[in-house]
Amino acid sequence: MSAPRRPLPGWAEIVMLPLVNIAMAFLVVGIIVAIIGVDSVQALKLLVAGALGSSESIGYTLYYATNFIFTGLAVAVAFHAGLFNIGGEGQAYIGGLGCGLAVLALDRWLPAPLMIPLAILASAAFGAAWAAIPAWMQAWRGSHVVITTIMFNFVASALMVYLMVNVLIAPGSMTPQSRGFAASAALPSMQAALQWFGIAVAQSALNLSLVLALLCCAGVWVFLWHTPWGYALRTMGQNPEAAVYAGTSIKRMTMLAMCLSGALAGGVAVNELLGVHHRLVLDFPAGYGFTGIAVALMGRGHPLGIVLAALLFGALQQGGAELSFEIPKITREMVVVIQGLVILFSGALVHLPRPWLQALFARKA
Amino acid sequence: MEEAVTLVTLTLAATLRVATPLVLCAMGGLFSEKSGIIDVGLEGKMLMAAFFAAATASLTGSAWAGVAAAIVAAEVLALLHGFACITHRGNQVVSGVAINILAAGLTVVLGTAWFSRGGQTPPLTGDERLRPLFFPDAGDNVLVFGALLSVPFTWWLIERTRFGLRLRAVGEMPLAVDAAGISVGWLRYRAVLLCGLFAGLAGAYLSIAQNAGFSRDMTAGQGFIALAAIIFGRWRPFSAFGACLIFGLLDAIAIRLQGVKLPGVGEVPVQLIQALPYLLTLFLLAGFIGRAVAPRAAGVPYEKEH
Amino acid sequence: MQELTPDAAIELRGIDKSFGSVHAVRGVSLRIAKGLITGLVGENGAGKSTLMNVLYGLYRADAGEILVDGEPVDMASPGDAIGHGIGMVHQHFMLVDDFTVLENLILGAEGGLLLAGGLAAARAELARLAREYGLAVDADARVADLSVGEQQRVEILKVLMRGARILILDEPSAVLTPQETDRLLDILKSLRDRGVTVVLITHKLREVMAATDRVIVMRRGEVVADKPTAETDAEELAELMVGRKVRLDLDKAPPRRGEVMLAARHLSLTDARRVRLLDDVSLEVRAGEIVGVAGVAGNGQTELLQVLAGIRPPGGGSIEVCGRKIDADHPVDPAEMRVLGLAHVPEDRLRQGMVPAFLASETSILGYQDRAPFCRHYLLDGPAVSRHCAQLMERFDVRPRSPGLRSSRFSGGNQQKLILAREMAREPKVLLVGQPTRGVDIGAIEFIRRELVKSRDAGCAVLVVSVELDEILALADRILVMFDGRIVGEVAARDADERKLGLMMAGAKPALGGVEGAA
Repeated sequence: MSAPRRPLPGWAEIVMLPLVNIAMAFLVVGIIVAIIGVDSVQALKLLVAGALGSSESIGYTLYYATNFIFTGLAVAVAFHAGLFNIGGEGQAYIGGLGCGLAVLALDRWLPAPLMIPLAILASAAFGAAWAAIPAWMQAWRGSHVVITTIMFNFVASALMVYLMVNVLIAPGSMTPQSRGFAASAALPSMQAALQWFGIAVAQSALNLSLVLALLCCAGVWVFLWHTPWGYALRTMGQNPEAAVYAGTSIKRMTMLAMCLSGALAGGVAVNELLGVHHRLVLDFPAGYGFTGIAVALMGRGHPLGIVLAALLFGALQQGGAELSFEIPKITREMVVVIQGLVILFSGALVHLPRPWLQALFARKA
Repeated sequence: MEEAVTLVTLTLAATLRVATPLVLCAMGGLFSEKSGIIDVGLEGKMLMAAFFAAATASLTGSAWAGVAAAIVAAEVLALLHGFACITHRGNQVVSGVAINILAAGLTVVLGTAWFSRGGQTPPLTGDERLRPLFFPDAGDNVLVFGALLSVPFTWWLIERTRFGLRLRAVGEMPLAVDAAGISVGWLRYRAVLLCGLFAGLAGAYLSIAQNAGFSRDMTAGQGFIALAAIIFGRWRPFSAFGACLIFGLLDAIAIRLQGVKLPGVGEVPVQLIQALPYLLTLFLLAGFIGRAVAPRAAGVPYEKEH
Repeated sequence: MQELTPDAAIELRGIDKSFGSVHAVRGVSLRIAKGLITGLVGENGAGKSTLMNVLYGLYRADAGEILVDGEPVDMASPGDAIGHGIGMVHQHFMLVDDFTVLENLILGAEGGLLLAGGLAAARAELARLAREYGLAVDADARVADLSVGEQQRVEILKVLMRGARILILDEPSAVLTPQETDRLLDILKSLRDRGVTVVLITHKLREVMAATDRVIVMRRGEVVADKPTAETDAEELAELMVGRKVRLDLDKAPPRRGEVMLAARHLSLTDARRVRLLDDVSLEVRAGEIVGVAGVAGNGQTELLQVLAGIRPPGGGSIEVCGRKIDADHPVDPAEMRVLGLAHVPEDRLRQGMVPAFLASETSILGYQDRAPFCRHYLLDGPAVSRHCAQLMERFDVRPRSPGLRSSRFSGGNQQKLILAREMAREPKVLLVGQPTRGVDIGAIEFIRRELVKSRDAGCAVLVVSVELDEILALADRILVMFDGRIVGEVAARDADERKLGLMMAGAKPALGGVEGAA
């Protein structure tokens, strides 16, 4: 599968190439911005300031990054097993269903130390279950997981709309959303948590799910590179025949990889529902699942890389939102454009700058 | 009896109206998939085309200028996809996803910047739209007929011409095509360009024929339904056309069925009907209603040592 | 002596080609005589296929010139080669399985925008070629439904229909039975008699001596001989191919046989198309002996290894491994096989035996990753794994001695040694080995074979499957021959000779008496 491309020196592969990819994406963004008649340098400054300029904006950047870490990890785990899971949207959505059901059923009976872990487990379980179906179809029926997961995103959307409108809607509400969660199901905001330690930060949507996300990063790292199942999973992704030779069941490992992936995607629900909205709402996956693909690719499938890439995308999201406030001509959708371009240059055109970089290094050598 | 006939005619007309963009997109996607290039970016191409069609029609006052612009816009994205997948052997799914996201954002950004209507284009009137040709109320404009003609045309091109033979070969075994001295890349580029042409027409239909202007996200997943139709039709033109009709029919009756209690089943949720195209395709993919075999080389970038 | 200096159909001057660090062709200059069959001979990795792929335009030479009929040409693609009348039949057929024979034949030369005309013309041309050269094939059959020999004929027809006057065949007999090979050689001779220049790339000296007019020997990317076939013989060619006399004789002590550790009883296996992959196979391997399975590739040896290793369950019949009975109702997967004491060095090391992207240390535990000392409390112990790898490398002289190096960076021989070391490190009771020295350099070949014998002497029951007959002759104490999914003969090593075995491999002699395990 690997092309006969000469790899660049180690650090250039991991650091320079992604940076050049991003730079190219931003170049195109600059052109688009110029077409609309806005000063691109000013826009860039506002973007950066909007993302990192204040305690509040950093908080929001990290809040967005939390979601990207979850979906990035989800895509990466499946990727290591050779599976392309683009169903993160649907898995996060159904994970939210699980979370919502658990909370709506039990939040009046359980205290927070029981309610929250239970809700997290329910998110993970439901997300895993939604991924398990396409996994089963791939493993036992040979249906390509890329196509099935796309379809399942749409099915999830339809299912959730139906449930929200007809079953879970709060009585007397005009918009399709559930009743508010009780306090026992609220993940403390980061501001509240840090206040406990005497550190003062501005209020933002950032909450303790970030801690969960980072724990998941550590967990994924240990699992993939330090356990026999992670070893078997990576073997299957690189070389399925070698995995069979080594005694791994391809079917079972496919299920395991996809279920883990779906469970991780469910983390988005934890962040959004327990940490921010405190009720079950429509459309909370909001594209995080798809962007997770870019995060996983840019992060080269490694948890550390994923955290960095997630921070970048979080900054883009937050900075873009601020930018659209400051310059009305640039709408919120500019963020979407930037995301699309970064995915394009870091995902599909990732090797584009390679000849130039290789020439650069050849001259130096 | 009269009522029944009217109902059937109206439903058929509605089906065709809804199916037209699906058919056009599916035929376009078929060329790409047959050549081995997976295209999940049909949605994005159609959306971009719809925007440029409406924008150009509004600015120039001519629907045909809009159609031309739509094709150009879709082709630009198609070439981008081709460049990423063919020349740079990038990941085809990622490229398609990127194009979808890019189109979703760019159409609104440009729309707001140029028309200041929150992403919409100004409503189109008169010559800015494509008029129905024969039945004023049935919406049978030239693109509907174009869609119907595109199916036998696609079949003929794929099965009866030199280009079609090579196209099928390159999707099954690009090595054989290369060894025969034919350029794999150029073949695939042409497939991708054909895809762009049809996706462009589909997009133009949406904004200047079926509706009177562009509104954000107006494709609403139809590009993916077209993809489902290709798969459901086992990568064959006439079968895919049939799938488009079935899916179109489902959409046409979805609204009518709201609130209606069917015997034995009760009320059918509109969301279920909306999800049916995907559910049906999934059943097919799971092998419960026959088998669907994709072109063997689909999704695999072609590489050779030089 | 009269020197024949026929015109050169092809001349190569100073062709050089490298792939990364592999210098496949080193400054080769040669001339292919017109209207003759020239054999291009060499062992694995000699550069013959690479050279011909350069000639055919599939690869770009790094340096050098190509001349066709005396004119320098630029071979940028197979299209150029075809334009100059050169056609190539590859080892792996370039046919579209889903297409019919006719569709495959016209691909690239359809004769117009619409197919109808081209198909009709091709049908007529096919009939003519069939008459002239005796190459009969059903025009409307789907290629996927044809036999391998028939598919190869389609490839040859394809090439002839393009007007090729120079035909290159790359290891054509690798997938044919000896009878089909003879048929092929007759076809080639008939082509030559009609003025076609033929280049036959092969490593089988029998074919060279039987069918060629001239022979060119390549070794390690260079031409070491270029002479009329009549002026040489198989021994001289073998010596030229290898560069030194290969020591076939390993000086083994006679085997000290113990218990039966591995037995197969009436093993059968059919595939989805009801083709019999294994047909009533019975065999026994005792501790302390090496049983060799000989046969042309594709006669069931691969499937036999897969079933014995647990990768595939048997269709019918049973196996017994170290006392445990295994059949279709009680399958055992490769992990459990390892627990039983069976180890397996697979035929295709890059696809089955290792993950090229993994580090050597990770490769050294493939299949054993969940065992102590590599895994404790569900976690992998990195330092323990590295130590293990270093030990293996030391014992089997794997170079470079770096557990942290990517497995793909090791040479084929060193990779194979590492895999063998891994499998032998646990002192298995049964050792299955497929193609032990495929793609391995000479020095490593002798080492590996010696290690297998050492293992046998230590009491292991060894089953070696190899398509290289001399390897079987060197290693085995008992030789079984497989043909068409059956064991067609068994010979004790001291009674074996190439000719007897070759006949069995061609299915010419029915099963000799005494196939082990028969009731």
